[in-house]
Amino acid sequence: MASGKEVDQFSGTETTGHEWDGIKELNTPLPRWWLWTWYACIIWAVGYWVLMPAWPLVSSYTKGVLGHSQRAAVAESIAQARQAQSGYVQRILDASLDEIESDSTLLEFALAGGRSAFAVNCSQCHGLGASGSPGYPNLNDDDWVWGGKLGEIDQSIRFGIRSDHDEARVGDMPAFLRDGILEQVQVEDVAAYVLSLSGTVEDAEAVARGAEVFAEQCVACHQEDGVGSRELGAPNLVDGIWLYGSDKATVSRTIADGRAGVMPAWVDRLDAATIKQLAIYVHTLGGGE
Amino acid sequence: MAEMNDHGGHTVMRYPVGVALAGGALLGIFFMARGANTAMVLHGFLFLAFCVGGIFLLIRQAYAAPTDAAGTTYNDAVTRVGVIISMFWGVVGFLAGLVIALQLAFPELNFDLPWTNFGRLRPLHTSAVIFAFGGNVLITTSFHVVQRTCRARLAGEIAPWFVLWGYNLFIVIAATGYLLGVTQSKEYAEPEWYADVWLTLVWVVYLLVFLATLWRRREPHIYVANWFYLAFIVTVAMLHIINNLAVPVSWTGTKSYTLFAGVQDALIQWWYGHNAVGFFLTAGFLGIMYYFVPKQAQRPVYSYRLSIIHFWSLIFLYIWAGPHHLHYTALPQWAQTLGMTFSIMLWMPSWGGMINGLMTLSGAWDKLRTDPVLRMLVVSVAFYGMSTFEGPVMSIRAVNSLSHYTDWTIGHVHSGALGWVAFVSFGALYALTPILWRRQRLYSLQLVSVHFWIASIGIVLYITAMWVSGILQGLMWRAYDSLGFLEYSFVETVAAMHPFYVIRAAGGALFVVGALVMAYNLWRTVRGDLRSEALPAAQPSPAVAPAE
Repeated sequence: MASGKEVDQFSGTETTGHEWDGIKELNTPLPRWWLWTWYACIIWAVGYWVLMPAWPLVSSYTKGVLGHSQRAAVAESIAQARQAQSGYVQRILDASLDEIESDSTLLEFALAGGRSAFAVNCSQCHGLGASGSPGYPNLNDDDWVWGGKLGEIDQSIRFGIRSDHDEARVGDMPAFLRDGILEQVQVEDVAAYVLSLSGTVEDAEAVARGAEVFAEQCVACHQEDGVGSRELGAPNLVDGIWLYGSDKATVSRTIADGRAGVMPAWVDRLDAATIKQLAIYVHTLGGGE
Repeated sequence: MAEMNDHGGHTVMRYPVGVALAGGALLGIFFMARGANTAMVLHGFLFLAFCVGGIFLLIRQAYAAPTDAAGTTYNDAVTRVGVIISMFWGVVGFLAGLVIALQLAFPELNFDLPWTNFGRLRPLHTSAVIFAFGGNVLITTSFHVVQRTCRARLAGEIAPWFVLWGYNLFIVIAATGYLLGVTQSKEYAEPEWYADVWLTLVWVVYLLVFLATLWRRREPHIYVANWFYLAFIVTVAMLHIINNLAVPVSWTGTKSYTLFAGVQDALIQWWYGHNAVGFFLTAGFLGIMYYFVPKQAQRPVYSYRLSIIHFWSLIFLYIWAGPHHLHYTALPQWAQTLGMTFSIMLWMPSWGGMINGLMTLSGAWDKLRTDPVLRMLVVSVAFYGMSTFEGPVMSIRAVNSLSHYTDWTIGHVHSGALGWVAFVSFGALYALTPILWRRQRLYSLQLVSVHFWIASIGIVLYITAMWVSGILQGLMWRAYDSLGFLEYSFVETVAAMHPFYVIRAAGGALFVVGALVMAYNLWRTVRGDLRSEALPAAQPSPAVAPAE
């Protein structure tokens, strides 16, 4: 290997004189812009260390001239956000649900807060547009299992339905087949009858037989005409709106195995003002009474 | 090479290695018999198969006619196998990435099965591309480069093979473990304790092979590429061992618990994670760059001084930068400050490699028109420069508060992974294959060009989709309405990502197609085929003449 230094004909720069597998190296000085940019980065970093918390000490750390603390900053920004809303929140807490709905300023605030809280907490089951999904009621229509008045909605949100809260709303749809109350044929007859209540054409004989069973087993909750009972959480069966589905197999399964959908109690999870806003938001979706 | 004659000692090693492999086979049988779960039984079987295969290869080597008794040739057999394995894992890893990209766009593709679930396939993808593809490329190229730049045959006749096959046993154990749900849940360090112990053994042998080859070099100085390879091997050993310190629940079970807890665990993990980027994906691949770019351009390296300064500053500064992965967490703010400021100071040292790579082409830029392999290498250096600028920017706390946890991070990683790591690997494999198989040239340079363009368009689609999606996501998460309420629910931000996830998957699909074109091209090259195509006439590079 040649030990002598060489000159690159293109750049006029000397090589280092070494060669590895045909690779040589030019002895180009460090690019100035590179070096000065690097120095600038280092100076900036040192400046940042002076200003901000930076270096660990034995049992503490350098706090920085600015005395900045990310925890204090978070606490402050939360406090600011609370402060900005506190006037409204206090008025929401003081006012009744009806009063909030009749005050346009409070209503605007409650709807904004309710929409946001609904998106975060409720949309997982009821959907972002509150249109529900099988087993989870559509909140835009006026078909309410437990009532569509402000106070009723508020109660459903606070204590839930079949939740673990003592004051939860509890309704019991028996499992007529599984518990041996009805035979399979009877279940299907009742399903035919129930579907016929909302105008679905079913086998007339089955409907007639189903009507008899319905009168014996179902009217206590769903009433003789099938309009249901909000006190008991028994759905209206004549309005053509179905929580689990309108096909005969689904209705049969509801009768055979019962249904016991759960809505959590929010009273211990959300603050009182948020629950009020949610109640008002849901009430204004379209079906509020 | 005539004076090479000092590698004859390997016949002595054959017996202890054989005994160790026999012991390993028994250990494999033990795990098969006593393994606490399916994964352990399977991995016992894999270990048994590895040891039996190793004994078979030892016997074959003993009875084969010595091909290089005097040690006058380079050990290109091990690197040839390495090239094939690298290409195989590349295709597998890119395909896995495409699958999980499609799963994010169309969740039905999870198929509701545990082993096809995104949660298990994601580490399969990351490990397959980083450790299986990238790792094999690093081992293969380092074995090639260290021999050529030291003018010495690779140390040991058994050890290099043990490194290559042992490393790939680790890969297979890791990958099958993920699919069966075996993970220690540390990002990029998912393999469980027994795989980690095995990798440690393999890695120590790798270090010894590399050091011993440097030791027997016939050049007065160690070439810069070897500094980077050595930094990569040594630091990865340290990172791997410390981050994987864990207590197994039992010696026959897969589960272990890490030695660290809480924020200490997080800090160790990201000290590891960031330096996996710094030393595995940067230092190691800079080693590739420093050999293959000047070689392919036939030009001297731009600046020896820059290579010294940027090497030492890079390895000193990188090791501090990990805490920038934990901004605004329980990590003390002073540690975040250090992570951020060291990342900023790292910018220029990183760019030192880019400057040396790009400026090496001065005087030979016209070759970009005629040599698609060089084009791939140069574009990889450009992507390296872009990613190593974007990284420090994202490490700034204010920027990070927007970018962190969003797809912007994914875009950043892939501009580095696809643009830098994969492209420089492609360039190296394209350059290596004709050399290792003694071919006149690649089967087709036009196919290299096709690969280059398909893959480049794929990268651009991928990165831009993730930039837009990431920034959109970050802005949606922090959006408040005029009354101070959150504007969007999480699911709304997920829905907004969908079109970008489709674009990303399209980019990934192009990248996979490019890799298949490459695999075909390499395969035909290995077979010795030459596609008849008009080769553009290259200008000769400016010469280097003795100083007057």
